[in-house]
Amino acid sequence: MKHERLVDILQSLSNVMSTSGDESEMRRALRPLLAGQVDELRVDSLGNLITLKKGTGESQLRVLVTAHIDEVGMMVVDHTPDGALKVQAVGGIDDRLLPGLNVCVGKEQLPGVIGIKAIHHSSSRERLKAIPLKELSVDIGAENRKEAQRLAPVGTRVTFSTQAHPLGELIAGKAFDDRAGCTALVALLHEEPFPFDLYGVFTVQEEVGLRGARVAGYAVAPAVAFVLEGTIADDLPKKEDVGPTSQIGQGPVLTVMDRSYISAPWLLRYTVQLAEKLGIPYQFKQPGIGGTDAGAIHLTRGGVPSLTLAVPCRYIHGPISLLKPADLEATITLTSAALRHLTAEQLANN
Amino acid sequence: MNLGLLTQLTQAFGPSGYEDKVRALIQEHVAPWADELRTDPLGNLIAYHRGNGKGQKIVLAAHMDEIGVMVSHVDKEGYLRFTRIGGVYPLHCIGSRVRFADGTHGVIYLEHREDTSPSPKLTQLYIDVGATNKDDVPVSVGAPAVFVRPLVQQGERLISKALDDRIGCYILIELLQQVQDSPHDLYFLFSTQEEVGLRGARTAAFSINPDMAIAVDVTITGDTPKALPMAVTLGDGPAIKVQDSGMIAHPKVRQLLVDAARKAKVPYQLEVLRGGTTDAAAMQLTRAGIPSGALSIPCRYIHSPSEMVDSEDVANAIKLLAAALA
Amino acid sequence: MQLSEAVGPSGQEESIRLQLEDLWRPFTTTMRADAMGNLIAMQQGSGPEPRPAVMAAAHLDEIGLIVTQIEEGFLHIAPIGGTDRRVLLGLEVLVHGREDIPGLIGTRPPHVLSAEERQKTVPWEKLFVDVGLPAEKVNQLVHVGDPISIRQPLLTLENGRVAGKAFDNRASVVALTLALEELAQREHAWDFYAVATVQEEVGLKGAITSAYGINPQLAVALDVTFGKQEDDSKIGVFELDKGPTIGLGPNFHPQLFQRIEATAKELEIPYHLDPTPGASGTDAWGIQVAREGIPTSLLSIPVRYMHQPVETLARRDVERTGRLLATFVAGLESSYRPGWEDEVDETAARSDQ
Ligand SMILES: [Zn+2]
Ligand SMILES: [Zn+2]
Repeated sequence: MKHERLVDILQSLSNVMSTSGDESEMRRALRPLLAGQVDELRVDSLGNLITLKKGTGESQLRVLVTAHIDEVGMMVVDHTPDGALKVQAVGGIDDRLLPGLNVCVGKEQLPGVIGIKAIHHSSSRERLKAIPLKELSVDIGAENRKEAQRLAPVGTRVTFSTQAHPLGELIAGKAFDDRAGCTALVALLHEEPFPFDLYGVFTVQEEVGLRGARVAGYAVAPAVAFVLEGTIADDLPKKEDVGPTSQIGQGPVLTVMDRSYISAPWLLRYTVQLAEKLGIPYQFKQPGIGGTDAGAIHLTRGGVPSLTLAVPCRYIHGPISLLKPADLEATITLTSAALRHLTAEQLANN
Repeated sequence: MNLGLLTQLTQAFGPSGYEDKVRALIQEHVAPWADELRTDPLGNLIAYHRGNGKGQKIVLAAHMDEIGVMVSHVDKEGYLRFTRIGGVYPLHCIGSRVRFADGTHGVIYLEHREDTSPSPKLTQLYIDVGATNKDDVPVSVGAPAVFVRPLVQQGERLISKALDDRIGCYILIELLQQVQDSPHDLYFLFSTQEEVGLRGARTAAFSINPDMAIAVDVTITGDTPKALPMAVTLGDGPAIKVQDSGMIAHPKVRQLLVDAARKAKVPYQLEVLRGGTTDAAAMQLTRAGIPSGALSIPCRYIHSPSEMVDSEDVANAIKLLAAALA
Repeated sequence: MQLSEAVGPSGQEESIRLQLEDLWRPFTTTMRADAMGNLIAMQQGSGPEPRPAVMAAAHLDEIGLIVTQIEEGFLHIAPIGGTDRRVLLGLEVLVHGREDIPGLIGTRPPHVLSAEERQKTVPWEKLFVDVGLPAEKVNQLVHVGDPISIRQPLLTLENGRVAGKAFDNRASVVALTLALEELAQREHAWDFYAVATVQEEVGLKGAITSAYGINPQLAVALDVTFGKQEDDSKIGVFELDKGPTIGLGPNFHPQLFQRIEATAKELEIPYHLDPTPGASGTDAWGIQVAREGIPTSLLSIPVRYMHQPVETLARRDVERTGRLLATFVAGLESSYRPGWEDEVDETAARSDQ
């Protein structure tokens, strides 16, 4: 896929509002992008968008590639007498980032703001303390409880309202975790058919416990699974000599072990060797951090060797993250190569 | 007691996810006695004994993996930072040695710290492989390692690293030879990735789909200085699981084990464990539910490099299980 | 509500299951207990084959205690499930040893403790069950691993409120029983599975395995939720006697939620909305991800003083929950399947062409 088209898709998907459990709008955005590129498309009972791209028939393998369509955000749980919205986090949100933000409320995309007590009225102790979400509220301009209830009833989704845009050599936008992976999966489904049937699944509810991937993995029952992600890049300058988790500009990030799973060693080795042969840059994600849909998929049925390939992104789970298009392109190239070279013999021998 | 076999088993390299060497070793010992052998997608080794068609389909599980560490960062001076594989306690690490798959040894030590709280954080520890700078380090980010500590026999006591759960593997290997006449279809499951979340047993139990599952693993004891109340003592016999923090044993399985102990005339203890669980907890939730239980070997200092069990408990566990499966 | 006095700590649900079997038998087509001990009752629907199935699950187990060690005739104990040790002192219990033995929970008197110790709650290792028997007798009758249940009679308070132990979740078992009773007299197209699940308090275990076994097209979990009480009136607590709560959030299928809400409106049953941004901590969380996924919903009855021997609720909320469930099930058309917003426009777009 052409560079411009890819960036275009990434930006448009990044702008979609789709918190865990409320992913209709991502499915709606994906359908036209997939039209004509897949042979089957269905939505399951959790909301996973399951597509099948039929293979050339050379290989009988059945392979699953996933990317999650949900993002972290908030949900309205109550209203104050003066019309403010009380919210709780959907997925892991960084409370420190919220004060001073613009947000987007509900399907009608009502604008809202999160403000805090003026610095003049805050004690020096208060200024040192990060304010927990339960002490914050969202102001949509409602005058009283009744109006707030009418405009944003309990259960209404609240998301960051960032519109994606280029920033220097990078792209800025919200929810690159995991719109980066979704973009990569769309690009893969636009390629020529693979030797085997490829199930491309856009999963739901990753951020609240890898829920969609679990049932999709069970339904598809693949021999091998690849999970496409946007992952943490902690490559800012720091005093201590500690790992950066991953670094922007260093290519796709391969998981060795995170909190949710251990990559099948042979699958990791095979992918690394392929990257080296083809001159594709790659890096290992610092072990022991985070978790992905692979954690659920590898435990489905009799077990599925799985590997996560991720695009390094700075500031994920916040209102605005950054990534480098070259990393996204290299992730697609490496995943495509790993898929196209995969044989049933490799599986049998491991 | 076949000390040679137990030495090989405990000393083999096998952190969670990297059990190949343990698997190869076990494979060699069970091959002559198994009707079928297979390795599944998560690396579990399954040795099958065919029954007479009138028995039940039973899984016996012991995990091959051990706790360990994995390199997470190499700093400029050539020191390694690491993350845990399974339940590694920082206090146990200081002064311990670890060994990587390629034979490289490292010493774990604690950086200088201002706070004197008794237990350091894992991030305050590092591995020294004797390198002089970053380029001199023979292992890279993502390399797993295990603790180093030999097997020692002292009287009836056995002390080693990784008795959790190579002692279970040992018991199953010995047991397989003794149950050649069992009427039951027996699946000896040498599972992977138990220490990181009972992962191997879960998928293996799904493919086997047994009528009953029994895990053979270690449990803590209440017989050390100032231990919390726990009615399990080293040397008083294998412990039949009633409950742990992950599972309530199925009454039928528990009764089967109690009856077997009486039949085999071996001492046993009943176990209620507050913290910790076994592969049985995962197997129990397979498909529409599988009656599951566990037989535990009392073990002191679990997840330290010097775990201690009693060889009589081990011998009695084998007798008990053989009686249960006869 | 007498079911609350029945004994059934997690993993020990057999005796209460037998009682429930008698209660349910007149209303069911088939009934069985599965490998984990879940009671699965089926009431056949009248729709054409293959008939879809809806499962309603309420957990049968309650929190309790277990013997960990016996010392000089006193029993050391540990919790089964989320037992709150702050409310145990002075309680009467029943130890299920060789026979059922009454006992009470004690600790050392305040007079002999330091001021500091007196201000703290008593840790597990210093709580004992005293059965008033000599040590030799205790050793004969009681073993490590024997379960212990709380003894607490049902108490009727003012305004149709009742108090007792194990309303979590016997209140829902009663609601489920009421629904079974009502549906036995009403026409319903779907097969209705009433499931009394085991081991919810120790990890939603019975729900996970029974949902796999039944593999229904829809599921509704029934549980209790936090009632508004004098010292807790924040978000996520609900007034008594204002109806059950209906869950909304990722754990619940949005169209199923809408349908149940519409049913409540139609019946003029009051209800609360319970927004749940992540794990619901109920059987619904386990059921939703069984096999290929099951559209799931949750009805909860507000209960004060959760996990204490004085759980308090309004009777009418239980009746309302039963009625709501029965009417929802009776209203399911054979062809009904919950779908998604974006699928609706997709079909609309296609028919436009
Ligand atoms: Zn993600
Ligand atoms: Zn173990």
